[in-house]
Amino acid sequence: MKNRETTIAWVFLLPLLLALTAVAAWPLARNIYFSFTDAFLDNPSDYSFVGFQNFVTVLEDSIFWGAVRNTLVFTLVSVALETLLGFAIALLLHRAFAGRGLVRAAILVPWAMPMVVSAKIWEWMFNDQFGLINKALIWLGFLDKGIAWTADPSLILGTVIFIDVWVTTPFMVLLILAGLQLIPEEIYEAAEVSGVPAWKRLWSITLPLATPAIGVAVLFRTLDALRMFDLSYVLAANNEKAMTMSIYARDQLISFQDLGVGSAASTWVFLIIGLITITLVSILRLDRNTG
Amino acid sequence: MASVTLKEVSKSFGAFDVLRSIDLDVEDGEFVVFVGPSGCGKSTLLRVIAGLVPVSQGIVSIDGEEVTDVPASKRGVAFVFQSYALYPHMNVARNISFALETARMTKAEIGRRLAKVADMLKIGHLLDRKPKQLSGGQRQRVAIGRALVSQPKLFLFDEPLSNLDADLRMEMRFEIAKLHTEVGATMIYVTHDQTEAMTLADRIVILNHGRIEQVGTPRELYDHPANKFVAGFLGSPRMNFAPARSDERGRVITGPDGFELSIDQLRAQKPTTLGLRPEALEIVSPDKSGCIKGIFERVEDLGYEQIAYIRLSEDTIWTVRSGGVIPAYASGSRIGLRWKPEDIYLFNDKDQRIETRSTLEPAIVGISR
Repeated sequence: MKNRETTIAWVFLLPLLLALTAVAAWPLARNIYFSFTDAFLDNPSDYSFVGFQNFVTVLEDSIFWGAVRNTLVFTLVSVALETLLGFAIALLLHRAFAGRGLVRAAILVPWAMPMVVSAKIWEWMFNDQFGLINKALIWLGFLDKGIAWTADPSLILGTVIFIDVWVTTPFMVLLILAGLQLIPEEIYEAAEVSGVPAWKRLWSITLPLATPAIGVAVLFRTLDALRMFDLSYVLAANNEKAMTMSIYARDQLISFQDLGVGSAASTWVFLIIGLITITLVSILRLDRNTG
Repeated sequence: MASVTLKEVSKSFGAFDVLRSIDLDVEDGEFVVFVGPSGCGKSTLLRVIAGLVPVSQGIVSIDGEEVTDVPASKRGVAFVFQSYALYPHMNVARNISFALETARMTKAEIGRRLAKVADMLKIGHLLDRKPKQLSGGQRQRVAIGRALVSQPKLFLFDEPLSNLDADLRMEMRFEIAKLHTEVGATMIYVTHDQTEAMTLADRIVILNHGRIEQVGTPRELYDHPANKFVAGFLGSPRMNFAPARSDERGRVITGPDGFELSIDQLRAQKPTTLGLRPEALEIVSPDKSGCIKGIFERVEDLGYEQIAYIRLSEDTIWTVRSGGVIPAYASGSRIGLRWKPEDIYLFNDKDQRIETRSTLEPAIVGISR
């Protein structure tokens, strides 16, 4: 009986395992394999093993470290802003008010748009000569002449973060709102009747009870942000000030056709994201056990 | 300790009137129970007093001070919820002392109060546990402890025992009664369980469709119900009713099975319903005079009491309750039902009770069949 059930279980799992092997495990293994070779993209079957040399090449490239720094700054700042804004907006939407359903649907619009479209729209709005943003700022008297938001190296990363916050905050709102709605109303009523002030209810009840939901949202967003590609690529192409790890790996692999170094870069990206994920997940799990 | 006064309190949710002009005085130190069927507005009324639900109209006063617009957090009352509403992420000790943290109280004082409450409710060994590690009864104790610890002047209980099993409910009922004696605070308690209402209350408030049907001590309500609703609501099994009619002179009442009842001085109060409590009825031989006849359907033996079901007509089944043994008649046997004249209740066409007990002496004169 037991054996039969196990067999059936494996049969059900088989399609998924095959699919995972085909689209995840095999490419990953190939990628790591090529990291140790000097293959080029124009003729990938002609290669020899070079040990860890590609990994060293990547580590010695200051552009790579710039990309790592950009990615980490982008991830940290954008996820932090999105979490704060998301939590605040979720708290607002959690209150019942007339037209809440409409507002809830409306705030999803940025998230529903493809990132490339959003990036293009914002690129136009941020245009230093014809852009809406500069026009508005000049009209309001904040600026004398337009700023090159997407060209100025000192502004580009900030602009990227701003757009990402605009696009992704709705996602945070939705996940955190779902968490808030799991908290029973009577708990708040109990606290209210006992004379617990509103700030204390937020700090000691809402926040700890919403933490699992916020944690999951932060995890999702962090993973997404760490492998961010499209936004920076559309907005800044190969501007080193906005280059992410993914763009770096793509450049090595596609632009420079260097399969070996590109794969090594991809492997580094994979390892860095993996490390951060493991750290985050263990923090979250720790929290769940004590919470 | 505090008195509570409600003046013409009404509450509507949209077009739906939940409370309709409620007037009520709860005295200092009193234990008052709101009871009524589902949807009668009893929980809403309690929430109005707590300040969790704003009134649509009327005035709420606690201790002589109007609090109609005072937020719940400033009313100084304690509320015990049916769901217990414990903070799931805090242990028992913090659940109880949480409200004190912001009340500018020293750690020592908080500790002292916590210890006292824990001792009172015998939950000292649970202080480190999380709510999910507690049984229903333990959670209820913690919820009560949380109410007790702030030493409020007014306790509000919203069906606190309805999630517990029968044994625990009885135990907690006793504990709450004891608590009321020890603490001496005013308590208002909502329940749909008439046993809780009867056993706990100094006074019972019976609500129906957002209106107060009657207020009084359990004994008053049971013996002198103001109307058919109250008469039918209290008592288990409920009071037996049957349509009745008086003659033109108001002297003779005709009831089920064609029996007639001579009631002197009934005068213009035309009864349309008569009621008899199950324990007022006695099963006798159908040949006896002065009884109404019915068909024995079945008997339920609960050990400490027996309940017999007697069919009077197609759509009327009366119950008879006896602490003794009801003879096991075969189903379908014809039997007679008899009662003492003073046990009869009469209601008019507006379902108001016609007072007959003290001044009138009804007597069965015979069966006209």
